[in-house]
Amino acid sequence: MRVNPRFIDKIVKLGLNAQAFFTVGILIVIVATICFKGFPYINFEFVFSSPEDMGRRGGIFPSIIGTILLVMLSILLATPLGVGTAIYLTEYTKESRFTKIIRFGVESLAGIPSILYGLFGFIFFVIKLKMGWSLLAGVLTTTIMILPTIIRTSEEAIKSVPRNLRLVSYSLSATKWETVTKVVIPSAAPGILTGVMLSIGRAVGETAAVIFTMGSSLRFPASLMDSGRTMAVHFYILAREGISMEKAYATSLILVLSILLVNIIAYYIMNRVISKYS
Amino acid sequence: MEIKIQIEKLKISFGNIEVLKGVSINVYKNRITGFMGPAGSGKSTLISAVNRMIDYEENVKIEGKIYIDDIDVINDDIEGVSLRRQIGTVFAVPIPLPRSVYDNIAYGPRLKGITERSKLDIIVEDSLKKAFLWGEMKDRLNISALKLSGGQQQRLCLARSLALKPEIILLDEPCSGLDPISTAKIEDALSGLKNEYTIILVSNNTKQIARISDYSAFFYMGEMIEYGTTEKIFTNPSEKRTEGYLSGKFG
Repeated sequence: MRVNPRFIDKIVKLGLNAQAFFTVGILIVIVATICFKGFPYINFEFVFSSPEDMGRRGGIFPSIIGTILLVMLSILLATPLGVGTAIYLTEYTKESRFTKIIRFGVESLAGIPSILYGLFGFIFFVIKLKMGWSLLAGVLTTTIMILPTIIRTSEEAIKSVPRNLRLVSYSLSATKWETVTKVVIPSAAPGILTGVMLSIGRAVGETAAVIFTMGSSLRFPASLMDSGRTMAVHFYILAREGISMEKAYATSLILVLSILLVNIIAYYIMNRVISKYS
Repeated sequence: MEIKIQIEKLKISFGNIEVLKGVSINVYKNRITGFMGPAGSGKSTLISAVNRMIDYEENVKIEGKIYIDDIDVINDDIEGVSLRRQIGTVFAVPIPLPRSVYDNIAYGPRLKGITERSKLDIIVEDSLKKAFLWGEMKDRLNISALKLSGGQQQRLCLARSLALKPEIILLDEPCSGLDPISTAKIEDALSGLKNEYTIILVSNNTKQIARISDYSAFFYMGEMIEYGTTEKIFTNPSEKRTEGYLSGKFG
């Protein structure tokens, strides 16, 4: 018996719809849980005051600052380094054994579990270089951790810029560097920004690599050499040591909201860039 | 008549394939010279050696000389960048840069260090007028160049290369993807430009060469078969192969 092809179409469509709803559904359940459990405990005092009694009472202001400092400094270090590496790999070298080795290295680094970065950072920065648990050790470790993502996404974005655009730029008397900065990077900017966004997400949510290097001090990190605590680490400790589930959910809600805020800002910047270079 | 570009025994190969087999030709100043010939005849490769865009290809070997005025651009110590300030190039497909019409034209001048808005305004208007595009674009300078039609984009590319105030313009099959009306506009623009510029027009369209070029050269399999005034080449060619190509027997 022949099956009606339109019937198959319907079944397939139904199946795909179900898969999409399932994926989005899980996301909604997670966010909704965090919202319901965290929202009642969020107020001005929670956001803008220091924790007391190991976090049982009080707020999370120092860890908000700690998160912002760690993420911002890591991104500021990793973005130029990563984009620079990507430019070197795509524009300034020919495909060779050497570039293949670099690329293989980058890909391997991207797959390493973050706890290994944490262990490396602890042994190298904290102990060997005598930085101690500090913002600096945390920033350097996080930078190394997110670098592969930025390199890979930037490289793909730069590669997808058509060769013709480069040739036109050269034909109008541009040098290689002028072509890279005025044509290639602006055209690749949305792709590069996507990589930066992914990296911000990874750095904001990171616990293993950070707890080993930046420590978990509840005080303000007043200098690069001070220990501090990010929101993710704070959440982890609150939940894991059973200090306060309410505060843990409230912290994670702030964490989710801040990631949302960063995304909105990034899309705003991206649209400005796209509208200028299109 | 003054010679602007003098090419002597130019040989170019990519890897083991010899694309040009010793071509010598004089291109006259303030004239349009048409290069025609079937695909693979080496005409596009020849002009990419003149503006040294060939440097961006791999495995290239070049022998021979290309004098522009008195400088040998192949052998003398010449920066491709400064050479291309004197030579404008228009490619086969229109390639607007992803930015506004104004910024496309101002791209080259800005690289030269011209940043004053008033100076750039004059250059943009001047270049667009020469490319017969000012009328259509004067109120739309800030729209994206990607939104223009193919014919407008190609005239924009011509205007963009004029903005550097070059002495020579190379056009590599500039009308291959354009409709007859757009083609006519480009041809009108080129005819008006030859008083100020030395123009080389590579084209597969022999009728176009006949319409607007003063001199014509016929290339075949990496050799220049015949060169002379367009009138002579089209009415009374000396070579059988030229005649055959022009009458459509091969090519």
